[in-house]
Amino acid sequence: MRNVKSAVLELEDGTTFHGYSFGHQASTAGEVVFNTAMTGYPESLTDPSYEGQILVTTFPLLGNYGAPPQQQSQGDLSAYYEGDRIHCRAIIAQDYSWHHSHWLAQRSLSEWLDEQGVVGIYGIDTRALAKHLRDKGSMLGRIIIEGDDPQQVEWYDPNKENLVGKTSCRELEEYGEGDKTVVLVDCGVKHNIVRCLTRRGVKVVRVPWDYDFTQIPYDGLFISNGPGNPDFAQATVDNLRKAMAIGKPICGICMGNQLLAKAAGATTYKLKYGHRSHNQPVRQVASLHGPKMTEAEAHRCFVTSQNHGFAVDQSKLPADWEPLFVNMNDGTNEGIRHKTKPFFSAQFHPEASSGPKDTEFLFDEFISLL
Amino acid sequence: MIDPNIKKVLLLGSGALKIGEAGEFDYSGSQALKAMKEEGISTVLINPNIATVQTSEGFADKIYFLPVTPYFVEKVIEKERPQGILLAFGGQTALNCGVELQRSGVLDKYNVKVLGTPVRAIEETEDRELFVKKLDEIDVKTIKSQAVESVDEAVAVAHELGYPVIVRAAYALGGLGSGFCDDDTQLRALVEKALSFSPQVLVEKSLKGWKEVEYEVVRDCYDNCITVCNMENFDPLGIHTGESIVVAPSQTLSNEDYHYLRALAIKIVRHIGIVGECNVQYAFDPESMDYRVIEVNARLSRSSALASKATGYPLAFVAAKLGLGYGLMELRNSVTKDTSAFFEPALDYIVVKIPRWDLGKFHNVSREIGSSMKSVGEVMAIGRTFEEAIQKGLRMIGQGMHGFVENKEIEIKNIDHALQAPTDKRIFVIAKAMNAEYSVDRIHELTKIDRWFLYRLQNIMDTSHELERYDSLEVLPPELLRQAKQQGFSDFQIARSVLKDQLGDGEEANLRVRALRKRLGILPVVKQIDTLAAEYPARTNYLYLTYNGSEHDIDYSNPDHRSIIVLGSGAYRIGSSVEFDWCSVNALMTVGKLGWRSVMINYNPETVSTDYDMCDRLYFDELTFERVMDIEDLEQPHGTILSVGGQIPNNLATRLNKEGVNILGTSASSIDNAEDRHKFSAMLDRLGIDQPRWSELTTLDDIQGFIAEVGYPVLVRPSYVLSGAAMNVCYNDDELHRFLRLAANVSKQYPVVVSQFIQNAKEIEMDAVAKDGEIIAYAISEHIEYAGVHSGDATIQFPPQKLYVETMRRIKKVSAQIAKALNITGPFNIQYLAKNNFIKVIECNLRASRSFPFVSKVLKINLIDLATRAMLGLDVQKPHKNAFDLDYVGIKASQFSFQRLQGADPVLGVDMASTGEVGCIGVDTSEAILKSMLAVGYRIPKKSVLLSTGTPRQKPATLDAAHMLHNNGYTIYATGGTCQFLNENGIPAVRVYWPSQPDMQPQAIDLLHNRKIDLVLNIPKNRSTTELTNGYKIRRAAIDLNIPLLTNARLASAFIQAFTTLPLDNIEIKSWDEY
Repeated sequence: MRNVKSAVLELEDGTTFHGYSFGHQASTAGEVVFNTAMTGYPESLTDPSYEGQILVTTFPLLGNYGAPPQQQSQGDLSAYYEGDRIHCRAIIAQDYSWHHSHWLAQRSLSEWLDEQGVVGIYGIDTRALAKHLRDKGSMLGRIIIEGDDPQQVEWYDPNKENLVGKTSCRELEEYGEGDKTVVLVDCGVKHNIVRCLTRRGVKVVRVPWDYDFTQIPYDGLFISNGPGNPDFAQATVDNLRKAMAIGKPICGICMGNQLLAKAAGATTYKLKYGHRSHNQPVRQVASLHGPKMTEAEAHRCFVTSQNHGFAVDQSKLPADWEPLFVNMNDGTNEGIRHKTKPFFSAQFHPEASSGPKDTEFLFDEFISLL
Repeated sequence: MIDPNIKKVLLLGSGALKIGEAGEFDYSGSQALKAMKEEGISTVLINPNIATVQTSEGFADKIYFLPVTPYFVEKVIEKERPQGILLAFGGQTALNCGVELQRSGVLDKYNVKVLGTPVRAIEETEDRELFVKKLDEIDVKTIKSQAVESVDEAVAVAHELGYPVIVRAAYALGGLGSGFCDDDTQLRALVEKALSFSPQVLVEKSLKGWKEVEYEVVRDCYDNCITVCNMENFDPLGIHTGESIVVAPSQTLSNEDYHYLRALAIKIVRHIGIVGECNVQYAFDPESMDYRVIEVNARLSRSSALASKATGYPLAFVAAKLGLGYGLMELRNSVTKDTSAFFEPALDYIVVKIPRWDLGKFHNVSREIGSSMKSVGEVMAIGRTFEEAIQKGLRMIGQGMHGFVENKEIEIKNIDHALQAPTDKRIFVIAKAMNAEYSVDRIHELTKIDRWFLYRLQNIMDTSHELERYDSLEVLPPELLRQAKQQGFSDFQIARSVLKDQLGDGEEANLRVRALRKRLGILPVVKQIDTLAAEYPARTNYLYLTYNGSEHDIDYSNPDHRSIIVLGSGAYRIGSSVEFDWCSVNALMTVGKLGWRSVMINYNPETVSTDYDMCDRLYFDELTFERVMDIEDLEQPHGTILSVGGQIPNNLATRLNKEGVNILGTSASSIDNAEDRHKFSAMLDRLGIDQPRWSELTTLDDIQGFIAEVGYPVLVRPSYVLSGAAMNVCYNDDELHRFLRLAANVSKQYPVVVSQFIQNAKEIEMDAVAKDGEIIAYAISEHIEYAGVHSGDATIQFPPQKLYVETMRRIKKVSAQIAKALNITGPFNIQYLAKNNFIKVIECNLRASRSFPFVSKVLKINLIDLATRAMLGLDVQKPHKNAFDLDYVGIKASQFSFQRLQGADPVLGVDMASTGEVGCIGVDTSEAILKSMLAVGYRIPKKSVLLSTGTPRQKPATLDAAHMLHNNGYTIYATGGTCQFLNENGIPAVRVYWPSQPDMQPQAIDLLHNRKIDLVLNIPKNRSTTELTNGYKIRRAAIDLNIPLLTNARLASAFIQAFTTLPLDNIEIKSWDEY
């Protein structure tokens, strides 16, 4: 038998799950959330939206294809990851694959986690854990590694912190070439959003979350995804209001959807256990181009990749705004648009990575507005 | 938009089960029928496969047991006038038939609309050239071969494609001149050689060692698209996906790989314009993201049945609804009931499919697996580690293996070669190699199986070695025991690894491991398959067991003892197939109707019994003693039914009974009394019932002594078979010695059973239901062939048309005696021999038999329903009608798959060889024979027939048939003796020559190759070498050239009589309910 340390996950309601440690061996704490995707752990782990969270994968096998090399493509953009480091605090699976196999793999998941100081546990019934979180809601958790004193491990609630500020860039950065310039407000942006924009031949200026971008010239504004509670990003909302007055095209993803909604006057709330998966069905409920949906739009559904714990209360949208997409499972908001102006956003992730790429065309829609 | 004009729909079934087209289409057709029914659309089904669930009452409104051929389908359309037709639910058979009907204008003529994927799109996926062109339009890469006529041209093409390449000589059979080339030098040499065989050589990029991955895609008429599942082959490209171990979801693809191929699949499906379901198969480079599309199946397939069971997503049901014009968003997820059908299932388990082969049943068949399919069935195992799933699966295939390790050592001379040239034993060769210290890298090099799978297999091997370090169960560390169970080790494997030579018979050790586990609290948990990985609550009762979990999804804390467990049939195999699924499903339906909780255990993804809506709880899991007991412990059922799933559940009777399981119906001790040859024989003697004389013998001298008493021929059944068939009829010393020397071991450890073999005897089946020893209902049917053809291969007639009334009476009387003696409650079957009004009992099975659905449907009395009621202790009334009241005849004919089994000698014997069957009804024997023979692929000959009718003693049997052929204007070709015999009897025949007479003309084989013969009648004479070579070559040529072949005089006579006396146009087109 493999010589590994045991580890315990303790939830704030007192429930415990026993498993074994891999990756970095140190106790940790965070908010426990589950994801039902069957692939994409390198992307998820580095997704800034998971900042401060303990990621539970319901797919039981983890680590099969190792971890790709940590190389950069354009500037400081990672070639294969969604951020420049792992943002999750820990990852939990049923079964860890100590041996991996993939032509692109440079090292095992365990080695990568260890390098990054991130904890892994396997041997936990993640279906039981997911059901618990589904029934009781997302909650805080602590991971205690064998030999560590539980007293020394503090609970940590990421939702009490401005995670957007924590994960956003500090300086302006530019990517790509093109006649048009897109300002990308970094609330904790996934690198694939930058890739999706530059691939379409525009210049991207990535700015910190609270930067007043209205001072610089731009053709379009893009509000990124990001972690945590949108209430912390009031500075972005304020700037957005100014941008709405300017009237140039605006697009948002995930946190971007929430911040745009807030700027428009709506509110957000925390979901019981969020949407984290590759298979969220979304229906289009308004036209992307005009007041009335075309025949094709009226029947359009998309399989989307999602990762969010907060949602827009679409009943609070002002009259000149409307829902653009709705979740087909629970009816929650999946995107909004302004009825007359070129402003729209999606709660899901058109840039995917990880997950299905079926909605990447929304980037084309945005670019076509510039 | 749903077309309101569609009120009646015709669904084409797939006919008899055959290799490559099996039970999965019973599942998909049944689902489609349910979907139509839900819409209030009336359904007409054409499917001659009478043993299927879809051809049962309550599924289709009208059922025609007719061949799925354009001729009969047109007749049905003419009569029924449906507005729509469904082509995607009956495999290649239905699809091909539909395409032909469209081309010939029949569908237009009767204004029948093809629902779902249009025929144009089907043609674009079926025709290789159109397909490549279509995908070229959207820059999607396919596998292309280029024809060249010179070496230089070949080199140029190879440079364009990139090495390695495959070279094939065009127009050359059997792969002559083919091979792989890695560089110019090799290519030049090979092409030069190939051009000497053939004027043209095909050069193709070699994808040897690439991964094979497929996606199941669903699209609606609004262009919404989802991929329900992806699957990855364990075996690399080159091994047919039906021959490969398959996992779902893919395990070695990164997110980028997965979604790259997924997006491509959607692009392809949109471009082709599929409406409904299809699959896209890829070859995928293990070293980059390069890919090729192998094929697109524009219909439900084996893979889609597997994907349905693997995910819980009802693909066939949804596809049928989409065919009517629904959008995916308008349909519900029928598992969760709360969420939309527009979504992609998230799995929180892993599924492993393993094929089941029966190659040992055939003479001359190569055991190597490759690009054509030979397997006859498959299993699906579910686990939460790969190790757990694959070890479960290796037990499920039911070939005496206990998992990946702790099996009886297989004999392999050269491991390297065996790894490179895979056979049906390939996975066990890997185990052997690991035991011989082959590294994962070395095995990967030789097999090209992805290292990930091999690492996981190595984990199992490592655990078994760790277990082997202990000598007693008591000192086994609990953590190691748990680890072994999490890696899918059975109690038996653990017992064997620890106890080694001290294991004994294993049964007791098994129970000790079980007791130890229970004491330590190492128990499996039950998990649901809910399509959404626990994200939403699901009301599903689709379950499996795993050791990788800490809690049950089902609450077992307050057992109500209302469950009735029905054990299913396991993998389809030769001898046990869809008929037992029909029995299982019918038992479940009766159990449910009577207010009990119906619980199914089965692991065959091709079945209807494993559909989520056929029972109250489905355990998709093993039918081993250990697993059944695990479920018994949790369910605490009222009782368990073992007698409807064939031999696998029946074999568990004694052991389950010992553990206190309440077996419903006939008692375990009675089952044992019928199964144990000695006990059963003694009982017959006591009752004064005759049986063929037999003896169990351990030396050749004893065998000779016994034969001296009873005389040749004898039926010889060794208990240990070296190679070839397990049973044989021997006509003389020479044959006996050859069989025993070459094929079998005789010793104290491996006794041989020798029985008197009675020639020219009729074989009769008694299928019946009894309660407390009294027969309630029965069906007696007769074989067309004389005894000596396995009852599973024989053509069976019900009700019997040529039995003496007195024989019938005797059979009834003897059956009643046996039912009483064994105190039977439930279904049973007795096989008899009859000659000159005397009957002998050959065999008795205290369970449902293969012919239960056939006789039930012909008689229109559901014997399983009655049997289930009897087993539940209800009063069962004797039905009022009996076989004498029937104004029609049913014929059950067998389907063989010799075409798929290259080299196999297509003769029938005492061992079963057929893979499926049909059952057709007619006003008389001739009409029923004709329908059923056409339904299993025979064609009425146009002009000429080739006869070789056996030994002088055998020849008279077909003389009448020869007269009929002659009188109907057929040209008869005949080999030497037969020609002379026919001429002497006034029948003109053209003499042809055997392959052993190569200097003479005309050669029989040439006539076959030149398509001069429309039907071959070849009665094997004996087992001498020349006969085997001569006869074999002709038989095999007929099969390879797709010329109908008959090898049994009685069946041939019946078929010839039928088509010479009954014109096709006179066949009545009547549905089941019209009889």
